[in-house]
Amino acid sequence: MALIDVQDLKIQFLTFRGPAKAVDGVSLQIEKNQTLGLIGESGCGKTTMAMAIMRFVKPPGRIVGGKILFNGSDIVSMNDEKIRRLRGKHIAIVRQEAQNALNPVMTIGRQITELIVEHEPVTKKAALARARNQLNLVGINEKRVDSYPHEFSGGMKQRAMVAIATACNPKLLILDEPTTGLDVIVQRQILSMLNNLKQELHLTSVFISHDLSVVAETCDRVAVMYAGKLMEEADTVELYQRPMHPYSQALIGAYPSLKGEKKRLKSIPGAPPRLIDPPDGCRFAPRCNHAMDVCSEAEPEAREMAGRRVACHLIE
Amino acid sequence: MLLVPLRSLIIGVFILGLKGFILRKVVAACLTIVAIVCVNFVIFRMAPGDPVRIMFRDPRVSAEKLEEMKQTFGLDKPLSGQFVAYVKGMARGDLGQSFSHRRPVLEVIAAKIPATLLLVVTALIIAVFLGVALGALSGWKSGTRLDTFILTASLTMYSIPTFALGIILLLVFAYHIAIFPLGGIATPASLYEGAELVWDVLWHLFLPALSIVIWYVGEYVLLTRSSMIEVMGQEYITTAYSKGLKKFRILKNHALRNALLPVVTITGVNLGFAVAGVIEAETVFSWPGVGRLVYDAVSHRDYPLLQGVFLLFAFSVVLANLVIDLIYGYIDPRIKVSG
Amino acid sequence: MNQLTIKLEKLRIFFKLLFSHRMGLAGFVVISIFLFMAVFASFLGTVDPARTGAVEDILQSPSPNFWFGTDDLARDIWSQTIFGSRISLTVGFVAALITVVSGTLVGLIAGFYGRILEEVLMRIVDFFMMLPELPLMIVLAAVLGPSMWNIILVVSLVSWPTTARVVRSQVLSLKERPFVEASRCIGAGSMRLMFGEILPNVVPLMFAQAVIMITEAIYAEAVLSFLGLGDPTSISWGMMLHYAFESGVIARSMWWVLPPIVSIVALIVSFSLLGTAVSDVLEPGYKEKKGF
Repeated sequence: MALIDVQDLKIQFLTFRGPAKAVDGVSLQIEKNQTLGLIGESGCGKTTMAMAIMRFVKPPGRIVGGKILFNGSDIVSMNDEKIRRLRGKHIAIVRQEAQNALNPVMTIGRQITELIVEHEPVTKKAALARARNQLNLVGINEKRVDSYPHEFSGGMKQRAMVAIATACNPKLLILDEPTTGLDVIVQRQILSMLNNLKQELHLTSVFISHDLSVVAETCDRVAVMYAGKLMEEADTVELYQRPMHPYSQALIGAYPSLKGEKKRLKSIPGAPPRLIDPPDGCRFAPRCNHAMDVCSEAEPEAREMAGRRVACHLIE
Repeated sequence: MLLVPLRSLIIGVFILGLKGFILRKVVAACLTIVAIVCVNFVIFRMAPGDPVRIMFRDPRVSAEKLEEMKQTFGLDKPLSGQFVAYVKGMARGDLGQSFSHRRPVLEVIAAKIPATLLLVVTALIIAVFLGVALGALSGWKSGTRLDTFILTASLTMYSIPTFALGIILLLVFAYHIAIFPLGGIATPASLYEGAELVWDVLWHLFLPALSIVIWYVGEYVLLTRSSMIEVMGQEYITTAYSKGLKKFRILKNHALRNALLPVVTITGVNLGFAVAGVIEAETVFSWPGVGRLVYDAVSHRDYPLLQGVFLLFAFSVVLANLVIDLIYGYIDPRIKVSG
Repeated sequence: MNQLTIKLEKLRIFFKLLFSHRMGLAGFVVISIFLFMAVFASFLGTVDPARTGAVEDILQSPSPNFWFGTDDLARDIWSQTIFGSRISLTVGFVAALITVVSGTLVGLIAGFYGRILEEVLMRIVDFFMMLPELPLMIVLAAVLGPSMWNIILVVSLVSWPTTARVVRSQVLSLKERPFVEASRCIGAGSMRLMFGEILPNVVPLMFAQAVIMITEAIYAEAVLSFLGLGDPTSISWGMMLHYAFESGVIARSMWWVLPPIVSIVALIVSFSLLGTAVSDVLEPGYKEKKGF
């Protein structure tokens, strides 16, 4: 059984002019010990979806349909107390490097121990020892357990976030653009640290990014989202070598290669569609080079084939 | 009077090794006090008209008496000489003579301090606790009907001048529905002792304290609420939720701990308003404290007394600000306290 | 569209938002009532408020002759209330004007020129802000003597530092913005930059400060008058309360106490509400939130 089974998830944001369909019927599965990458343009719904796995949907957003099964239980319909117990212990999240993601008036050690103490019956002393351990795990000197966030650099803060998130050995770790905004050297450090952790802690994770190269390095499978819908989902290597959906092709094609001759950058013309009352048919049709008549009339279903899923009329 | 704190400061610097932050704050406070003393001098000596005439606006005072007074106050010497005499006097604790009370100013003021302290401390403690609690609640539940109610009530309470509120309270609860006394600190000529006396004083304390509390609660609710709302929009609150912590814990350790920091800072700045509230409440309720002395000094044109009270208030505010700055340095880890 | 039309349009939207804000509307309505009172004081069935009357007329409760009754010198309270609005509003507006103009100038100069000038100015500002307001005003008023203009002067003297502080911090953040650098690149001089580019962006803040200062000034006048430092030739609401308090019969003459208290509280509260509305409307993103 998959660790996470998202079934036809629908999330809407209420605006003055009507509900915006941020996530419109997306289905995904994440197997144990697997890292699923989630890529797409800004605003395609990937962060909304990832946050929804923890049931973090900030008003004016609402989950209006579908299920998210975690080990069989539906997160969407769980009561608040049950969700609270899941968070931090079984599902954890590391978000984009934000200056303020850590409480400025609490020591790092305390921010880790409070998590441990909340979910597990351990003494403060034991929790502190574990906190030190966590810091070591992410490459921070354990003496820093008494330091405050403002004494850390950006990269260290991000690592501290990982230390906090993995403190209770969660079954699922959600990483939302964890390296965006950091310089490449720090990026490298964090990615290699994450890789080590994955091996050691047998983490299952979701890695959200708009950076294809980072996703290529870290993920086993990749899901491509566009305008709130799933376009394609496949094994990483297969997707990068043979993208089937025109959008995936365009995305991967748009990424410049370090090797080979110099070519002009290929961008995708046009802009994403409006999410409020979207037009009929495939969302990508207006920008698609291979669009047919049927593409503007009916939405393509996601079809399974050869170990991947594609939602495109061309593949039928 | 000035030499004692000066001496202890020097001792403190050497023995305790006060460094960096603390030293800076203390020195700043001392400089401010010096500046206040100068300003005080300037205001009263530079006033338009003959300074003696101002002090004695009573035309019935004879010319000889005026000359005598001039000499006593050293007004026949040049301005710089006056200033030196003034500072020397202050260092000795001599703030001049109050003529409406015919006693040294310092004595008159010192006698009234306990009553004011009782009023201020009681009112502020109650107001701060209530205000912060309600403000935090209002901010935490921002947007709900409870929040709107607390917000509107606080805005109203904050807008009503203390003396107007005092008069209303006095007329309603002391005259028409006579639950409380008309003024003063204790029932005159009552010979109460011990617990009875305490109860009597509390009974007298209620209305003046209430008039100060109401304004202050409004202020603190507004402050705490807006600080809370700002804090709740911060990333670390989301992080706290994502850790699966209990709501109350998030409120206490993450939201409140951060929201209270600006509130502490502003407390210092707002002490001037506490002073105003005290002056107004004591006047309306004839509470025998330093605030009431202001009213008396103004009615009797007792300038030495007025000057003395002003100095007291100004010094207290500076001192209180210093204490609050030091407390803040202790509670906010981002401020480097030593070195 | 030229610059003027754009600015007028912005102004129109601003007022529209302000009046649809419940507190703003309520405040504005009440203030208008008082403004009307002040302007048309002579026509509102009033007599000279300082005119003392016959001994048998003292301390009368409301009657057809004296709509609000009389005080202890047989002066008509209705007239005092009506004319009192003039004093409160005059002190309020004039003191606020002086405070905001001087405070803005200081804040502008300090923030713009920086370095030593800013240090010096801000130290003076900080010092003034440390002094407790009411005692300082009392001392100054006592020394300068009782008159309405002295009160205006005193209030302005004590309040300008707050405005200076607020304006300076905004100038500091505006200084960093690209448009300032761009103007400098095309050779705009300091004066032009300060008054032509930065000042227009500070105006909304000035407006918000002005409303706050009006509230403070009206309150200050009321307190100072109540404590006996008001102008005896023009009876303000605070003076009325002062006389009532001094007379010893305050308890038995509700008609004397109620009009000035209600007026003071109503005027201050309505300016306070207006002030809240103004600062809400000027908050970035407010326009969008309300669907404009």
